[in-house]
Amino acid sequence: MSTQATGMPSGAAAATDPSRFIDIQQVTKRFGASVVAVDAVSLQIARGEFFSLLGASGCGKTTLLRMLAGFEAPSEGEILIDGQPMAAVAAHRRPTNMVFQSYAIFPHLNVGQNIAYGLRKEKLSKADLRRRVDEALEMIKLSGYASRGADQLSGGQRQRVALARALVRRPKVLLLDEPLGALDKKLREEMQIELRQLQEQLGITFVFVTHDQEEALTMSDRIAVMSAGHVLQVDDPHTLYERPTCAEVAAFIGSMNFLKGRVRGRENGQAVVEAEGLGTITAEAVAGDLAEGAAVLLAIRPEKMAIADTAERAPAGAVEGRIAAANYLGDRSHYYVNLPGVEKPVAVAAQNVDRETEGWLQSGAPVWLSWQAKGPILLPAE
Amino acid sequence: MSGGALAGDTAGASAQTADGWRSRWGRLYLQSEGIRGWCLSAPALFVVIAALAVPIGLLVLFSFWTQDYVDIDTTLTLNNYQTIADRTIYLTVFARSVGISGLVTLLTVLLAYPLAYYVAFDVTRHKMVWLVLITLPFWTSYLLRVFAWKIILGYDGVINSGLAWLGVIDEPLSFLLYNPFAVILTLAHAWAAFAILPIYVSLEKIDRSLLEAATDLGDGPLRRFWRVTFPLSMPGVIAAAIVIFIPTVGDYVTPTLVGGPSGLMIANLIQTQFSKANDWPLGAALSIASMVTVTLIACLFVWFSKRATEKIA
Ligand SMILES: Nc1ncnc2c1ncn2[C@@H]1O[C@H](COP(=O)(O)OP(=O)(O)O)[C@@H](O)[C@H]1O
Ligand SMILES: [Mg+2]
Repeated sequence: MSTQATGMPSGAAAATDPSRFIDIQQVTKRFGASVVAVDAVSLQIARGEFFSLLGASGCGKTTLLRMLAGFEAPSEGEILIDGQPMAAVAAHRRPTNMVFQSYAIFPHLNVGQNIAYGLRKEKLSKADLRRRVDEALEMIKLSGYASRGADQLSGGQRQRVALARALVRRPKVLLLDEPLGALDKKLREEMQIELRQLQEQLGITFVFVTHDQEEALTMSDRIAVMSAGHVLQVDDPHTLYERPTCAEVAAFIGSMNFLKGRVRGRENGQAVVEAEGLGTITAEAVAGDLAEGAAVLLAIRPEKMAIADTAERAPAGAVEGRIAAANYLGDRSHYYVNLPGVEKPVAVAAQNVDRETEGWLQSGAPVWLSWQAKGPILLPAE
Repeated sequence: MSGGALAGDTAGASAQTADGWRSRWGRLYLQSEGIRGWCLSAPALFVVIAALAVPIGLLVLFSFWTQDYVDIDTTLTLNNYQTIADRTIYLTVFARSVGISGLVTLLTVLLAYPLAYYVAFDVTRHKMVWLVLITLPFWTSYLLRVFAWKIILGYDGVINSGLAWLGVIDEPLSFLLYNPFAVILTLAHAWAAFAILPIYVSLEKIDRSLLEAATDLGDGPLRRFWRVTFPLSMPGVIAAAIVIFIPTVGDYVTPTLVGGPSGLMIANLIQTQFSKANDWPLGAALSIASMVTVTLIACLFVWFSKRATEKIA
């Protein structure tokens, strides 16, 4: 319905490559002379994808989203949605709808009127309008709330109304700006699952902004990690976690130990690296130059390391260290281990499987660290 | 219950020092919310009673008395109200007052709204400076401004001499001054600041993301204004309208100075009763009648505009 308002030639849709449903080409956004909020970003988002923009506050996520919605115009570059350039399409004619961070529920309208707000152009009969609103209310599990005032809703309910108000227009793309940020933890986790189910059910392309890496990992098909206006890496959650291509992404998603190292050679497609603290080991190179002698960062996640209290219990090749700090969390323990020649203690996460012997290591105790053969990866040193 | 405690204490100890009374009173004061409430509101209550309730009470009382050539007959009658209902001059003038005030209110709000809108939405820096500049003319005396309009609209005034100098007219235009038009123009100008400020505040308060949401949901600028901006600014418009309408009905300076005979308003008649005609009871009855009517009109207006705003969306 609203899609026809954009006046797109019907042939263009068929010709669009579904993996380039949203095509962001070298888009830059400047505010004034000095602020570059989004810097030469190129992204392709597929039709029906749940795509997240992840990054710390101030990295330009909202600005990018607002350019998709048409509230800001790119300073450079071009945005295409479903094959159609958006530059000349005003915000109120775009095939997108937005769930605002503040929800932006109209305070002078009740829930039903809020949801019906965007249906005016469709010129529905009273009965049809009612049916659409009721369907939307049912979808967000707020049936019977149509005549509630906007001020009689809880945070979670407002969030749902904002969602229904956008989805009832059946947009091609739904834009969500940190929609769960204001909810408490339990509600947020519930909504994550509900949102994901809704997206799969409706098949609408979602572009979801968040600064919460866990949220992005659980919900998304693909994630673009942003920093200071740039896109650092675009991948599915698994690849992003297991094979980050730069130290910044590796550090932002989950926790990661970094050890300085130098390439000494190659062996079976893997690099042989001399790493501080660990000695000479082999590791998979994810990105960057691996010429002999190149400085690299060896990155290894805490859960891919193992800890033992005696040399006998540790596998061959384990290195000795001393516990700097130990946090007992019940199901697991976090240890921070000082290795000789390493500045920062190395973090190790251990599952407390054995009731008797695990989870009791104290600060100052000597320990032996080992790691999974495929655990460490190599990243270019900054 | 604190009353009961007090009674018991008084019975128990007969020799009370002043100190004892003070602490007892202090305890009572802290315990009873009612006593505290009355004490704290006493000064305000006194002012309201002395400055508002008593004069209005007197006015009501006067309106039921009658003027007996030299004396005032203090038997209570409805004669004055009968006179007002019978003699059409009062109704005509009253209707005219309400009509003029309505037009003044409408004109002022229509003029003030775009200004307030401009400052609230299009000015990004130094909004305060803009507001001060806009309201600067209103820092001068109201009388001065009325006289200024006399000079502008008068027979030898700015407009007439300007037009004559340009050769547009041979003879000064006489319809500019001393009629309802002059009254409306002068008052609309006089009230502008009182309309701009409340409207500005209500516009400024509107969350900008609501406007973006309206755009996002398919509204162009005009429709968005009509469906979101305007309804949300309604409290400011209502406040402005009330603040202008009520004192305008009772204004007598402007009609006296620029209104001429055809621009006379109800306050001029009331003033005449209290001075030249020397019929205070009738003046009081006229005052009460117009107060009641104006209150009713204001309430109706508020109720109606609230309903209308609900309908818009
Ligand atoms: N309207 C604006 N004017 C000036 N600077 C802005 C504006 N909007 C955003 N910025 C700046 O652009 C950068 C990115 O902002 P934003 O996109 O809101 O980040 P995020 O949503 O990732 O937290 C920030 O440094 C912010 O200060
Ligand atoms: Mg943001």
